[in-house]
Amino acid sequence: MNKIMTIKDLNFFYGDFKALKNINLDVVENEVLAFIGPSGCGKSTLLRILNRMCDLAENPRVEGEISFKGQPLFEMDTIELRKKVGMVFQKPNPFPMSIYDNIAYGPKMQGMKKKAELDEIVEDSLRKAAIWEEVKDKLRKNAISLSGGQQQRICIARSIAMRPDVLLMDEPTSALDPISTSKIEDLISELKKQYTIVIVTHNMQQAARISDRTAFFLLGELIELDATQTIFNTPQQKKTEDYITGRFG
Amino acid sequence: MKVKHKDSLTRTLLISISLLTIGILLWIIAYIFVNGISHIDLVKLFPPMVSTLFIVVIGLAISAPIGIGAAIYLNEYAKDGKFVRGIRFATESLAAVPSILFGLFGMMFFQINLKLGFSMLSGALTVSMMVLPTIVKTTEEALKTVPTSYREGSLALGATKYATIAKVVLPSALPGILTGIVLGMGRIVGETAAIYLTAGTMYRLPLSAMESGRTLAVHLYLLAKEGISFDEAYGTALVLLVVILCLNLTTYFIGNKLNKSSSK
Amino acid sequence: MKKVFWLCAAIMIIVIGFMGAYIVIGGLPFFSHTSLIDFLLGKKWNPSGNLYGVFPMLVASLYGTIGATLIGVVVGVSTAIVLVEVLPRKIAKVFSAAIDLLAGIPSVIYGFWGLVVIVPLIDKFWGGRGAGSSLLAVIIILSIMILPTIIRMTEVSLRAVPHEYKEGALGLGASKYQYIFRVQLGAAKSGILAGIVLGIGRALGETMAVILVAGNAPIIPTTLVDPVRTLTANIAIEMSYAAGTHQQALFATGMILFLLIMFINFALTQFVKKGGRRSRNESKA
Repeated sequence: MNKIMTIKDLNFFYGDFKALKNINLDVVENEVLAFIGPSGCGKSTLLRILNRMCDLAENPRVEGEISFKGQPLFEMDTIELRKKVGMVFQKPNPFPMSIYDNIAYGPKMQGMKKKAELDEIVEDSLRKAAIWEEVKDKLRKNAISLSGGQQQRICIARSIAMRPDVLLMDEPTSALDPISTSKIEDLISELKKQYTIVIVTHNMQQAARISDRTAFFLLGELIELDATQTIFNTPQQKKTEDYITGRFG
Repeated sequence: MKVKHKDSLTRTLLISISLLTIGILLWIIAYIFVNGISHIDLVKLFPPMVSTLFIVVIGLAISAPIGIGAAIYLNEYAKDGKFVRGIRFATESLAAVPSILFGLFGMMFFQINLKLGFSMLSGALTVSMMVLPTIVKTTEEALKTVPTSYREGSLALGATKYATIAKVVLPSALPGILTGIVLGMGRIVGETAAIYLTAGTMYRLPLSAMESGRTLAVHLYLLAKEGISFDEAYGTALVLLVVILCLNLTTYFIGNKLNKSSSK
Repeated sequence: MKKVFWLCAAIMIIVIGFMGAYIVIGGLPFFSHTSLIDFLLGKKWNPSGNLYGVFPMLVASLYGTIGATLIGVVVGVSTAIVLVEVLPRKIAKVFSAAIDLLAGIPSVIYGFWGLVVIVPLIDKFWGGRGAGSSLLAVIIILSIMILPTIIRMTEVSLRAVPHEYKEGALGLGASKYQYIFRVQLGAAKSGILAGIVLGIGRALGETMAVILVAGNAPIIPTTLVDPVRTLTANIAIEMSYAAGTHQQALFATGMILFLLIMFINFALTQFVKKGGRRSRNESKA
């Protein structure tokens, strides 16, 4: 079990509001780690700290440490960090350009220019995101014209094209229909062979189905973190049990 | 019953007043059209058309980059503060200053102090100041319509802020920005006072930016003011009107396209 | 790159600051020749006789602007009400597009149209010292020119009035027009005022269209059909040949105009601020 990220005594504030309180947590390589908890519990905030998207918020302030592959995350260049820690958002957000250009966007940004290389990385990423077969004949079509589920897989492929170590997913299926959702879930199980995945979800069953470990948050605190089986069957904390049974009941 | 009677009276009154508004619009357009259609002499209008084109192109080449840059700063970088409020007040004020004052300034500063003379360049510099607020405002509106999720998506891929703006934000905002540029074009084409005092009134074909010449609008003004030829004036007015209508249609076309693509 | 964009934004401030200062500084030396009071209240403008009084022009500009604003407000607000509350959405859209068109027509075309249509009409029915070129012609042309601004701002403000107001008023037994005049216009007040102030600025600043129909005699008008010369026309007509004190006097005219416009613009931002604050409070409640 290699720890890829270690979070130590993390506190996070939006202005005066303390959104995260004293978080300690490890992310293990090639696992799917799920963050669950009611709205406003801080799980999305924590996710957005992991690739420093939190910097975009107004008056963000952070205390504590995170190390990513041994390096202090808050001292890293955000651009380098975000190349290694990709993010998939709640609402699919492909750019209003062709499918090909969406996937090639990141590699081009890093200076990749040769068409053959780009072609290869586009195909490879689309295959890994399990959407190659659906779009291989219309790579020049605008990505906006695809269905929501396809758009989300384009966004996943777009992140994969950066060859990241970690993929952060912020409720990636909450805006999708059940069929698209199950496709994305299958994809996540496939992706964890190569990548480490941290996923925020409101959907209990989804966390139970796809994650290896689950962390339960409440009001900015990490209440419990354990193997998913344990969290859902024999949680140690009363609060966790209440939340989970309440949801299932 | 009384209220109802009063209401229908009000209604009639309001409707007739608004019909008057539309009536006057149609009257103006129809009048210029009917009187101008047989007096269009494109050969005679060629020099003013070239002058107009000169000033439009140079004016926009100066004002568009600055205006778009300022809008990018305001929408993408700036945090609300004294500087931003200062820029907004400056933009509002610049939009409110009458064109004759731009003319007065341009004449003394560009033409005399900077020794640019009565020239296309003096005129273009003057009008470029004048259309700045139009371009800043429309570009800012266009940038506001670009969803934050595009910016987040790009930044999350490790793109720099500048790359995000250049590759994702600006292309998405392009139709709106173009609308602003076309609006600016319309203002320059229709401008008289500021150009009259800076680019000169000579009827001639300018071959370089340092030569003087009169634009279509100035041409129309002089024909009418000096009573040189009303026939030519009608023809010029019609050409000017058609150019403005075309520019108007262009903005509608862009606007419709914009609505369609954003509703998808 | 941020610095480049910052610079672009800073240019906005530089341009207005430099231009304002340039005009004011260009005009100030004139006041060693003629005092501000004599300049503003002097009734004779005769550059060759070294007499510089802008009172006639000031009066002409004010009369023209006030007259145009009165007509513009009555016609503009009425038209906006029809657009928002009377016409079906589809027809209103076409109507609205036509108004936009009106806004895009160059002022010199309005002036030309005024010269060939309005001036002869005035001459035919009322005559006058300027054979139709008159304060009345100026007022008519300016009122048409500021209509689009007033209509558009009023339309937007009327549409922004919450629908609940209408339901509330009609529910209390008010008729549609009682609602429009007693509730809706009041609620849309700050936006309409902003439109009017913008219109005033435009009317005060218009030059070439005015020159074409005004007759341009620097006299104090006693009737509507007297020829007039506005502040703006004064600059445009004489700037091309003025020199020395005369040129300074024109700069001083420009300075007065600039200060007037800045005052109006300042008033406008106050209106907008007030309106913005109020609607924010309302949405909070």
